[in-house]
Amino acid sequence: MTYVGMPTPKETPQETMAKIAGTASKMKVVVVGGGVSGLSAGWWLARSGAEVTVLDKGIVGWEASGRNGGGASHYQSPLFEEEQRMWPHMDALLGYPTEHQQERLVIAVSPKQLNQYHYLAKMNNDMGYRVDLLTGDQVRAMVPLAGDNCLGGMHYRFGGHANPQRSVQAYAWALQDLGGRIYQHSPVTGFETQGGKVVAVHAASGRHECDAVVVAAGPQIQALMAKLGVEVPLAAARAEMIVTEPAPMMPIGGVDGNGLYGRQTLRGNLAYGGGPHEWLETLEAGPPARPSSPLTRNLARRVAELFPKAAHLNVIRSWAGIVENTPDGRPIIDRMRDPENVTVITMSGVGFGLSPASGHAVRDLVVDGQCSFTDIAKLSLSRFDGIGADWREQRGWQAPKAELAA
Amino acid sequence: MHSNNGTDPHAIGTKLPAPEARYDMVVVGAGPAGLAAALAGAGEGKSVLLVDENPVPGAAMGNDVPLLFGGRMTTATQNAERMLETVFMSEPMLEAAMEAGVEVLLGTSAWGVYRNGPGITGLPESVVALADKDRGWIVGYNELVLATGARDLAIGFPGWNQPGVMGAAALERLLAHYEAFAGKRILIVGSHDLALETALLARDKGVDVAGLVEVRSAPQGQAALAEAVRAAQIPFYLDDAPAEAIGGIDGVERVRLRSGAEIAVDTIVLAIGLVPSIELIDAMGGKRVLDGARGGYIPGENAGVTCVGDCAGLADTGFDHVDYRMEWARELGKLSKPDTIVCQCEEVTRADLLGVQPPRYLERPAPMQARSLDTLIKDGPPNPDQIKRLTRAGMGVCQGRRCRDQVAMMLAMAADGPFGSVPLATHRAPVRPLPLRILADWEESEEMRAGWDVWFGIPTQWVPYRDIDTPREREHQQAIAEGWSL
Repeated sequence: MTYVGMPTPKETPQETMAKIAGTASKMKVVVVGGGVSGLSAGWWLARSGAEVTVLDKGIVGWEASGRNGGGASHYQSPLFEEEQRMWPHMDALLGYPTEHQQERLVIAVSPKQLNQYHYLAKMNNDMGYRVDLLTGDQVRAMVPLAGDNCLGGMHYRFGGHANPQRSVQAYAWALQDLGGRIYQHSPVTGFETQGGKVVAVHAASGRHECDAVVVAAGPQIQALMAKLGVEVPLAAARAEMIVTEPAPMMPIGGVDGNGLYGRQTLRGNLAYGGGPHEWLETLEAGPPARPSSPLTRNLARRVAELFPKAAHLNVIRSWAGIVENTPDGRPIIDRMRDPENVTVITMSGVGFGLSPASGHAVRDLVVDGQCSFTDIAKLSLSRFDGIGADWREQRGWQAPKAELAA
Repeated sequence: MHSNNGTDPHAIGTKLPAPEARYDMVVVGAGPAGLAAALAGAGEGKSVLLVDENPVPGAAMGNDVPLLFGGRMTTATQNAERMLETVFMSEPMLEAAMEAGVEVLLGTSAWGVYRNGPGITGLPESVVALADKDRGWIVGYNELVLATGARDLAIGFPGWNQPGVMGAAALERLLAHYEAFAGKRILIVGSHDLALETALLARDKGVDVAGLVEVRSAPQGQAALAEAVRAAQIPFYLDDAPAEAIGGIDGVERVRLRSGAEIAVDTIVLAIGLVPSIELIDAMGGKRVLDGARGGYIPGENAGVTCVGDCAGLADTGFDHVDYRMEWARELGKLSKPDTIVCQCEEVTRADLLGVQPPRYLERPAPMQARSLDTLIKDGPPNPDQIKRLTRAGMGVCQGRRCRDQVAMMLAMAADGPFGSVPLATHRAPVRPLPLRILADWEESEEMRAGWDVWFGIPTQWVPYRDIDTPREREHQQAIAEGWSL
């Protein structure tokens, strides 16, 4: 269950679970946000013996956590090796199916794409993650839906993908099975602080006493943390995906490229996204709507180019999700200095795939004050200290004014 | 200043294209209401585009799109040219509309309506997205008139998932417009006006009507219609319901009723009710309201969009369609078995839906098996979109046409609430299944091509952690950013 292309882990996930069991006994933790990062953190904390309460403004995994491409190959992250160690075991550890599948292919239909993929392959190989380069013919042998336009590609001998919706629900159910409580339709209204700590969280479901708080509320983190006097620079944007009816199963379903991310699901559907995004205001109550746009047509074109032999397949849905980004696009995983029992996690748009590891990191910050398995110092909030109030404008990330009226 | 210089080349900006044509009025659906609207618009001197998806491609009909055809169309429906002529001839007003200057496009579906609003401001203007058998495109409008009619309400029972179980609207389409009904002898489920009118139409078209089955103790429709059915010697099976459809390789051969009666028919016509076709309104984020007297969910007030005909709501005769269909759903639910299919596309059984179990190709460890709708209900009102993601009910190529309504009814019953206490699963564009190659924008702008990126276009995001704040960071950023545009 390990990967050909990754270093061999020092410890099995089962050993880790045994090690953390009981380390947070009687600790009351409130997790704000029932997305994949909050639920994974809650699950890891519950495995450590904590009494976990998750508060969500709506339904678990309803936002970006349940609307993404399901990719699990974020090699740039310091959490990546931990993610790779954990994913193949998550079904067994959670007790619910996630549809996790190993390995990925990225295929090119233009010389420029091929150049970039070769660069990324080298970058990975330099890190010790094995990537094999493929010729067009090799791709066509591995990807039955690829066409004559394919110029080549690369094969990640690591990474993979899973079903976001099923995985989010798996975390939620597994957390409940450990005694954790999940309050849906329960937006947080305020924090009660005492002596530099949050002692209770107020929500639609009532007052929840706590020893520690994890704020994992996606785009809403900014407004929530502002209540605690902490500024978290985030900008939300809308991204879109489409899905086709089932295609015959390919040997490796995690195939993308041509400016797309996505996968073939275990049912056979081709689910892909990519392309221009639209910056939005970050509202405390959450997004007013998640409309898709005629970008559906541009996505359809790229999927048809990626898989010419699937061009006849029907597109049956499109959807959009609202994703938050930090100013450098990298996660913030950090325990605050004041209030000192609050830990913030935003994965800046790549939270799903890394979730088995991000929850571990948050568990470590909450219980031990530092991450036990990797250095995450460069993901601290303090790197944005002194960032100008106009940081969105500087990047061209501002939302159109009309959005404010929505 | 940040290196972006205050612009984001990968944001949507002005990349979405302008429509390739504009009309004062676009009318979707060329039934009586749509035709009347188009003619009225043309009469006022407006430029009017009238689109109608009929004739529907044979492949779509095979997936019960847009109506529940139940595989009972003749091979004539595979001949697109002949169908076009037949459909055109079946509606004399089409010619009148063309003479009045209306641009009429048959075989053209409207699969999305897009406008700026909450969460989206990047559109150059409001557009309707269209597709025919060759391509997809978008058109602009000042006024949009939806006359999309009503679609079949399906409620499952044992054996309903085989050829020969169809809907009343589909039968009407095949008999009155396509001349392409393949059945010979039918049993009609229901006895309200829709069922009675279906019986009389079928009889007039030479179809043998074996009877009408009614779960209540008396025919439900207008007395005069019921009398006409009786006069035609068509029997009512009252206080009864189909317990099982039994068939062979070509589908239904006979029906066994709850009372024990067996009736030889090749087609069972579900005529319990029609559902106003609100797909476009719902997919565009428009308002909808529940009105049992008008057939269920109907459009609310939506600025710039007018709904006419059945899609605006069925005629209010004082009859509560929702109560009626819920009564049917309860009875057919009782007659169903755990393995009775609810979602045909994804083969989701009743037991798996109520157990919120994953599809058969996934493992079901003990904790998974212990889960059920009850455990989800404890966490809040069940949401069909959540349940469809877990069970896959409604996720198939028919886009939930065959099961959306019955799943909503089953969830309401399971949650012990009235219909409407559980939200309806959402509709998403494209509201018709459309091939990638048809949907694709093959003539997209250079701006779109140049500005395309996989994910947000933030080069710092992809720099390996160990290289952050090292000289290698800039090299990675440049190489990554350069490769984004195609």
